[in-house]
Amino acid sequence: MAVPSVAAQPRPSIFSRLSESRNALGFGFMLPAAALLLVFLTYPLGLGVWLGFTDARIGRPGIFIGTENYQYLWNDKVFWLSVFNTLLYTISASILKFVLGLWLALILNENLPFKSFFRAIVLLPWVVPTVLSAIAFWWIYDSQFSILSWALQQMGLIDHRINFLGDPTNARASVIAANVWRGIPFVAITLLAGLQTIPQSLYEAATLDGATRWQLFRYVTLPLLTPIIAITMTFSVLFTFTDFQLIYVLTRGGPVNATHLMATLSFQRGISGGQLGEGAAIAVAMIPFLLAAILFSYFGLQRRKWQQGGRD
Amino acid sequence: MVMTKTAMTKTTKHSNIDEGGMGYLQSVPRRVVTVYLPLLVFMIVLLFPFYWMTITAVKPNLEMTDYAQFNPFWVVHPTLEHIRYLLFETSYPGWLLNTIIISTAATFLSLLASVFAAYAIERLRFSGARQVGLAIFLAYLVPPSILFIPLSVMVFNLGLYDTPFALILTYPTFLVPFCTWLLMGYFRSIPFELEECALIDGASRWQILTKIVLPLSVPGLISAGIFAFTLSWNEFIYALTFIQSSENKTVPVGVLTELVRSDVYEWGALMAGALIGSLPVVVLYSFFVEHYVSSMTGAVKE
Repeated sequence: MAVPSVAAQPRPSIFSRLSESRNALGFGFMLPAAALLLVFLTYPLGLGVWLGFTDARIGRPGIFIGTENYQYLWNDKVFWLSVFNTLLYTISASILKFVLGLWLALILNENLPFKSFFRAIVLLPWVVPTVLSAIAFWWIYDSQFSILSWALQQMGLIDHRINFLGDPTNARASVIAANVWRGIPFVAITLLAGLQTIPQSLYEAATLDGATRWQLFRYVTLPLLTPIIAITMTFSVLFTFTDFQLIYVLTRGGPVNATHLMATLSFQRGISGGQLGEGAAIAVAMIPFLLAAILFSYFGLQRRKWQQGGRD
Repeated sequence: MVMTKTAMTKTTKHSNIDEGGMGYLQSVPRRVVTVYLPLLVFMIVLLFPFYWMTITAVKPNLEMTDYAQFNPFWVVHPTLEHIRYLLFETSYPGWLLNTIIISTAATFLSLLASVFAAYAIERLRFSGARQVGLAIFLAYLVPPSILFIPLSVMVFNLGLYDTPFALILTYPTFLVPFCTWLLMGYFRSIPFELEECALIDGASRWQILTKIVLPLSVPGLISAGIFAFTLSWNEFIYALTFIQSSENKTVPVGVLTELVRSDVYEWGALMAGALIGSLPVVVLYSFFVEHYVSSMTGAVKE
């Protein structure tokens, strides 16, 4: 690259040479973000894995005890119950969020009056702090003054109050319902953005060919929406799987651990119980599930070749 | 430039015609059943908790527990008693102030770091930029639920426990990846030619960033900023774990841990606390709906 005439000029100072080097400049620009993330994200991630192999407690830096925490958890019924609860919670809430969110997105994609107004309202449950809306749900689910029980009783559908959060099955259904309520907006709005990129001409062509509404949805909308569904649902599954706030507000894991998720159990054992090592081990046990979810969506649902004009 | 402009007006016109789509093929009663009715049900379900929150916050205790005499869906004698109690007899104003300070500081810190990082990854293209970009995305997928225990150990050892700095420094762990990812998309849409012109005119990278790239990406900065602010306002698990004393708590943690007493639930005050704690983000949201939508969909689209 060096041109001879440049060599005749006085050598540029170190500073100006550095400011022209992409790598040096890139390093300098990356420094603040990299420092923050390395110190407060990468290091704790490693520290968490390490803590899982120690018997650390609050106020005592623990020693290496090998896989003892994991052996203990392997034989711990409550831990396995929390794994089951987490899977049940994630799978049922994600399916409901997907079906209802897609439905809402399809409705909002119709030609509606006040469309942007409706879209603004839809996002509201997602904007409000989860803990605060969960407190509202707590009051809605109150065992004595639940408005739902009262309304159903007035309509004559039930004859005694529903014990929303006191009975294991009801409590599971209640927290899933609250999670779905909060998660629908995210799914609906992102899928709506995907729907708006599908050209109308495809629908017109299919209609001319005699396609029914179901066929339009099945053979035009769904295939073109698959990539964005994959990403949206990956995010949704990740956030649902690691949920903490909703359970902590509504049930704290009860009744009889029926709604304990891995995140809440990790908090209960690690912070409230002071067993940092065991809590960290439970948190680490979540990582394989998260990786599996990411890989599944990446390989199973990624953009297919035929969607870009190639062969499948 | 002119070409693209005409092309753009053309497409918008075109889509305006398309807007009606094939709606005319559907009869009115059918549209009521397939579109308006489900939409109405969705709206009622999505909005009811807010309505319930509001109506409870202004309801006297007597009406709140006597469903036989008072219809629970309405309030006969609205009262500001719960809000007065909340603002003058609890530490609520202090929590609000803490939340504002922490969210603002964390947002600015994250935006500052993210602008430089996004510009470096997207435009300086240093060796390994692609891998760093991917690492940033992966960092976004690390949930706070698996970080709070080791972070609490770190926060304690650094002497930050029970101080606002514990939260200001840890919130960027989820804000920086998000903001960087979003800003990378914005910077990508700025034409290279603008930077090349500036480089030829002798501008330094710093000048290019501050005088060309940043002014052009103001919408992106607003999107990332308000989104980051909302995320930090809503954060719960770190604030619950790292803060001990009542006067340092944030709104979500304070409402849940201080207003809930073991025996009697002050539902009116709780709902008022939830309502007032939601208002700032809702007001912010109502001013910047489009930015919210674009940042939410932008983060997913790439």
